[in-house]
Amino acid sequence: MKLTGTAWRYGDNVDTDVIIPARYLNVSDPQELAEHCMEDLDETFATSVQSGDMIVAGTNFGSGSSREHAPIAIKAAGVSCVVAEGFARIFYRNAFNIGLPILECPEAVAGTSKHDRLEVEPESGVIRNLTTGETFHAQPIPDFMLDIIRAGGLVPYTRQRLAAVGS
Amino acid sequence: MPQTMVQKILAAHAGRERVEPGELVDVPVDVVLANDITAPIAIDAFNRLGAGEVFNADRIMLVPDHFAPNKDIKAAEQNRTLRLFTREQELTNKFVEGRAGIEHVMLPERGLVLPGDIVIGGDSHTCTYGALGALATGMGSTDIGVAMATGRTWMRVPETMRFVYRGELPRWVTGKDLILHTIGEIGSDGALYRAMEFGGEAITQLNMEQRLTITNMVIEAGGKCGFVEADAVTRAYVEERATRPYKVYHADEGAAYHALYEFDVSDMEPQIACPYSPANVKPLSQVKPVAVDQVFIGSCTNGRLSDLAVAADLLEGRPVAENVRCIVIPGSQRVFLDALKLGYLQTFTEAGCVVSTSTCGPCLGGYMGVLAAGEVCVSTSNRNFRGRMGHRDAQVYLANPAVAASSAILGRIGGPEEVA
Repeated sequence: MKLTGTAWRYGDNVDTDVIIPARYLNVSDPQELAEHCMEDLDETFATSVQSGDMIVAGTNFGSGSSREHAPIAIKAAGVSCVVAEGFARIFYRNAFNIGLPILECPEAVAGTSKHDRLEVEPESGVIRNLTTGETFHAQPIPDFMLDIIRAGGLVPYTRQRLAAVGS
Repeated sequence: MPQTMVQKILAAHAGRERVEPGELVDVPVDVVLANDITAPIAIDAFNRLGAGEVFNADRIMLVPDHFAPNKDIKAAEQNRTLRLFTREQELTNKFVEGRAGIEHVMLPERGLVLPGDIVIGGDSHTCTYGALGALATGMGSTDIGVAMATGRTWMRVPETMRFVYRGELPRWVTGKDLILHTIGEIGSDGALYRAMEFGGEAITQLNMEQRLTITNMVIEAGGKCGFVEADAVTRAYVEERATRPYKVYHADEGAAYHALYEFDVSDMEPQIACPYSPANVKPLSQVKPVAVDQVFIGSCTNGRLSDLAVAADLLEGRPVAENVRCIVIPGSQRVFLDALKLGYLQTFTEAGCVVSTSTCGPCLGGYMGVLAAGEVCVSTSNRNFRGRMGHRDAQVYLANPAVAASSAILGRIGGPEEVA
């Protein structure tokens, strides 16, 4: 899988309340959530984001609430990948579970400016900044998480396991 | 080889002698919970699995509390999804407004979560139950939906950080202040992916309600779970409530910790988390006495009876300042009834407060006290992120119930020593 898109650059501690404010959590429809994605941090995001774009941010991305609506909103907004210095624990699981690729790579974050074009290979962890020509290597994704991605998310992964037990 | 609390509980559930930090383990879970925001997506994941039946109808708790009683039509639809699933799956515990409350206040109160349990919840403040000695952690809806079907989940064994509090707590300094101070010291990702163990004589002095306040906020430091050492207070609290057998675990002497922190609390002041982070913590005396528009006393952090008792004591005969809305929300209907019998609700009403049935409501900017741009709120809840309680330009200060009640009386941020 090779992903290409333009970087939206944010700082540390992007919490789930700014990714998708709770006032919109009376729905779980991905497209409705996407319309309000990042609204309290960057009002231009939801209206300007293009399919394939990437979010590049600092430490503790996705901190706070357990709402899976956060990675769902990001994915439904068209974002192909999130690259950060680090992720909050619950967000990390949620992103894999719903099939949003995320990578930890402080060097790539430091080497990316707003609007840079990036190319990302989630399985190998290779991140290329097409604007500057630099290449970075993200922390490898644990094998177990790769299994979930290969299956297409936690629900299909579990279906396979349940079927194996049943047969 | 000695082990920490989290290692011992995970090892016991995995059927192993011991587990090591960094390992991934597949474990059975004792309780799975979700609320009206997270349950609909979890139920969808459950249905897509095609499992048909939940793994154990006694152990799944679906609690309508965030936007319940239904705040609008969309919330009503979400709540109906949860109610229908509860009925269809014949879940043992049916939580209905008027006979329920906020999940993290109600489940410990009813003895539905117990020491030694593994509890996973579609709510980040599931970590609250660590005060009882349970391994309790928040997860997203898909993880919850899968666990509702399989009764199992996977976890990475976390490293543990140990926090010891020495000395005697000054008057007006509470569990809330200890955890705010700790988050301020280590930062909002200071315990990322790790377990936090809390001990020392200052913790021993705390009742269970204050301990629940401490573990409620471990997620604000990024922690996976938190534990308070079990003692006589734990046993007394659990024994009169437990709905089934349980096992108390203790960390072994000499267990390996990622870090050890010691705090002397003897001179500590009440602590305030200033906008826009629970880690932006200052002692009360260093916070400017800014005028407040709203005070909120409630939530899964500080909505328990002893929290209301402190607030009622201060508000007795001292009215809320003219320009302040003071909103008091007992954390469960049981807390509400106890507060009613003890006269607290009359005290609050006479002082000019709003008193409501249990709901998470204003804590997450849902309803029952949403803030306008530029408004300032002193809240006993756990988060003050931008936009958390309403408009992105509103400001939320997190504090203990005594400071919140005092600020309501003063009309500005201030402490109980100024009013009592």
